[in-house]
Amino acid sequence: MKSFTYERADSVSRAAAALAQPGAKVIAGGTNLLDLMKLQVESPSQLVDISRLPLDKIEETPAGGLRIGATVRNSDLAADPRVRRHYGLLSRALLAGASAQLRNKATTGGNLLQRTRCYYFYDVTKPCNKREPGSGCAALGGLNRIHAILGASDQCIATHPSDMAVAMRALDAGVEAVNAAGETRAIPIADFHRLPGNTPQIETTLRAGEIITAVTLPPPPPGVQIYRKVRDRASYAFALVSVAAVVEASRGVIRSARLAFGGLAHKPWRVPQAEEGLVGRSANAETFDAAATAVLDGARGYGSNDFKIPLTRRTLHAVLAVATRT
Amino acid sequence: MEMNTPIGSNALDDNAQGVVGKPLDRVDGRLKVTGGARYAYEFQQGPTTTYGYVVEASIGKGRIKSIDTLAAERAPGVVLVLTHRNAPAQGTGNHREAHPVLTSPDVSYYGEPIAFVVAETFEQARAAAYLVRVDYDRLPGKYALRDNLDQARTPRVDADAVQPDTAVGDFAAAFAAAPVQLDVTYTTPLQSHLMMEPHATLAMWDGDKLTLHTANQMLNQGQAVVARTLKVPPENVRLVSPFIGGGFGAKLWVNADAILAAIAARQLKRPVKTALTRQQVFHVTTHRSDTIQRIRLGTDPDGRILAIGHDVFSGNLPSEQTFEGAAIQTRTLYAGANRLTRHRLAPLDIPVASSMRAPGEAVGMLALECAMDELAEKLDLDPIELRARNEPTVDPEKHIPYSSRHLIACLQEGARRFGWDRRNPKPSQVRDGRWLVGMGMAAATRGNPLLLSKANVRLGPDGFATVRMAMTDIGTGTYTILSQIAAEMLGLPPDRIRMELGDTSFPLAAGSGGSWGAASSGSALFDACNNLRGKLARIAGMDPSRVRFADGRIEAAGQSKALTDLVGTGIEADGEIVPGKTLKDFSQQSYGAHFAEVGVDVDTGEVRLRRMLGVFTAGRILNEKTARSQAIGGMIFGLGAAFEEGMTLDSRFGSFVNHDLAEYLVPVHADVPDVDAIFLPELDTKSNPLKSKGIGELGICGAGASLANAIYNACGARIRDYPITLDKVLSSLPLQT
Repeated sequence: MKSFTYERADSVSRAAAALAQPGAKVIAGGTNLLDLMKLQVESPSQLVDISRLPLDKIEETPAGGLRIGATVRNSDLAADPRVRRHYGLLSRALLAGASAQLRNKATTGGNLLQRTRCYYFYDVTKPCNKREPGSGCAALGGLNRIHAILGASDQCIATHPSDMAVAMRALDAGVEAVNAAGETRAIPIADFHRLPGNTPQIETTLRAGEIITAVTLPPPPPGVQIYRKVRDRASYAFALVSVAAVVEASRGVIRSARLAFGGLAHKPWRVPQAEEGLVGRSANAETFDAAATAVLDGARGYGSNDFKIPLTRRTLHAVLAVATRT
Repeated sequence: MEMNTPIGSNALDDNAQGVVGKPLDRVDGRLKVTGGARYAYEFQQGPTTTYGYVVEASIGKGRIKSIDTLAAERAPGVVLVLTHRNAPAQGTGNHREAHPVLTSPDVSYYGEPIAFVVAETFEQARAAAYLVRVDYDRLPGKYALRDNLDQARTPRVDADAVQPDTAVGDFAAAFAAAPVQLDVTYTTPLQSHLMMEPHATLAMWDGDKLTLHTANQMLNQGQAVVARTLKVPPENVRLVSPFIGGGFGAKLWVNADAILAAIAARQLKRPVKTALTRQQVFHVTTHRSDTIQRIRLGTDPDGRILAIGHDVFSGNLPSEQTFEGAAIQTRTLYAGANRLTRHRLAPLDIPVASSMRAPGEAVGMLALECAMDELAEKLDLDPIELRARNEPTVDPEKHIPYSSRHLIACLQEGARRFGWDRRNPKPSQVRDGRWLVGMGMAAATRGNPLLLSKANVRLGPDGFATVRMAMTDIGTGTYTILSQIAAEMLGLPPDRIRMELGDTSFPLAAGSGGSWGAASSGSALFDACNNLRGKLARIAGMDPSRVRFADGRIEAAGQSKALTDLVGTGIEADGEIVPGKTLKDFSQQSYGAHFAEVGVDVDTGEVRLRRMLGVFTAGRILNEKTARSQAIGGMIFGLGAAFEEGMTLDSRFGSFVNHDLAEYLVPVHADVPDVDAIFLPELDTKSNPLKSKGIGELGICGAGASLANAIYNACGARIRDYPITLDKVLSSLPLQT
């Protein structure tokens, strides 16, 4: 860990101004950033602590949704009665993530900004375009069991590790950001995380000096909500594949569906054509397979993660079967 | 005493105080949960203490062309940067004999320490460590076991060590002629011990005397290794380790932390403290080799084994001879006239492979006990019946009797308690919601060693007995069971025993490892207490062979005297246990049976344990509670080995890619539902005066195999490549409809 300066921000605008300085980074729960600093994967020269800013409220919006402050803890968000009642899949996604201790520290904004768990990203002795642009990608041609099968590039095949973000993607959440001038910008979560392309080090569309202040949820969508996380052990393991689903069905016919996937790509993955293809169709194996085929359009394995393709198909199939069971 | 003949009735059998065997809470439990138990890194040595941080080689094989330490030396707080350029000459040997560091610019494996940065604070040392710049000449390395089998050779070992090869009868001919044959190959992965406390040392010199507060399982052995490495007399080296946060074999030997800290402390004339980071533990210290195991079983049509063969490949550094003895249990577990076991070792340029919990059996049983399950199915026999038909009357290789063996009783009692008769032998028949449910079983066995140990016990006028031994407690409960033995022998309540362990200034002890700890240290203490009983009896004017010690009193022939009236200013006795003839005259193992029920998610192939039972016999159980904890801990270790654990080697770099606790998976609470272990009554008069046998590693042996067999029963997937993760199961699952 390199020496750094530490500033406790007393306002959002002050935090955003401090953040505009080169080498500055926001710290809230620190559950990911501190690990990365110890390994010198991250070496900020200044930490701007926002954990004491009044961003820890969950409020109802006039539109009938929720506005979740950026520093709301994962545990608190998961336990909120409004979230549990109306956005069950978000609560379940949060509780499927990390461990109780980490959830008690980790924040909503920080969860969106957590970095990939790619082994090579964490190992500074290995090439990694995300950590050191232009150095290469050790995961390509290496061990890539936990890596992406969709939306990857020849520069980076990392995945985004969040469960929470997958649920938010299915819920069409919005990310609210503020800059030093106090200007607020709403970023649809679909546009918040980026694909790696040729710049895997740039992971979000957040601009320099912008700070996340809240995540907004639209009114709860109709239908059954499911979060299914497939992993190597029953707790404290990242998703190999996860599915966040909101499905409305009646009398064996699907009326609407939203499907977001974790563990597959550099961002929570969602395919509108797959969802549209389900509408009006009978809930049966053929329908589910067609949806899986649409989701997996363009999917490719890199060796040790080839299994994710059939696993995604099977998991989606199982989720849709449960969601449409009447 | 020397263990040459079977033990007759003794004071532990009398159980006059009623302490031995009882489920006494850990006597050090309160210290541990209140933070009062101090571990190596927690010892304080005042403001002169400095802190060291290891710099690891970032290549697998080659030579340091240049190493630039200038920036590190100029960094804030840095007082010393050790490299091969300024490290002293050191003694050499294999990893059990010496641990020289920074001896040359050659890099033998990824993660090998190449520098040691010492600063006023840990953070300064760590920051400066990243400033060390190294240029390498890289050489091609041999990294993956499976790619280097053609290089494998027979390991060279001492005549009295476990031999790599054994043969009885004519295996090849008998197997070829056997009416029923099974020939299968199992593989197990590289594993890391991952005990809770990383390796840590505080080193300080007083003139030419070195004291090391260090996390080490075998202090006397460590003392010798440190002395040899640093080229100082052993009596000038003191190791102190009263509390150790787990070891599982990773702390059997002296590691780089101890030697680097000692060298730096000598140069600086200041105390040096260091701890490996969790990530460093994976490469800087030892691990368990992966194995490739071929098992061949030939039987008659009734399932009686005619030929049994077990061939094992493992890997290690070219300079090492330690092999993973995965065929050891195959030499003694089942009957059969024609037998062959062979171990071959491939020289590899990866970190040192060495002992990890139940070295040999832990992974050998993963193969043998699944092969037995496959054989049972082939024969259309219940797997318990197959084992019963192959129960030997004497050790089938050594042709000597067993000291005690109740495997069949464990199998039968376990089957009864677990409800084995409800198992459908046909796979994929039982559903519970989304889960395919299956049952599996496996035998358990682990060798029962005994090592030289000594003890001193002193009874003071205050009625307290003080026990001193260089024994360690690595979390297993040694403090507690030794307290119970001393209390029982001296007729005192356990809270009247003061235990002083973990210091080489105390009498020599075997340390903790190989399931020998309780038997070896406990027997030495038994002998010391027995000698003290004799002294007290004589002072009391009683016949030592007829006295009874209980409740602080000595009694014989209607007479009773308080011990405190006999001891004057205090009276003490030494004792020792010397392994003897009974180790050669009797085949000594602990035994047990594992029963497991697992669920396999019919859609995703996720495997989860539902319930598990272990039934064991291990001679006298010294403490029901700590014994059960040991057994359950082993079984959960087996769960990890079966479903989760494994280091993944990147053979391009020679490094382990999943080197932290987020990506190297071990069981978490949510993975462990209903697990129970029971011990059947047994006394082994040939093992040691306690009549106990080792339990530290018994629980892991066979545990994973019972889970693998349960997976097969659940879904029909016979996975011979551990760990059994969902990607391996997926293709065996039914299509979704």
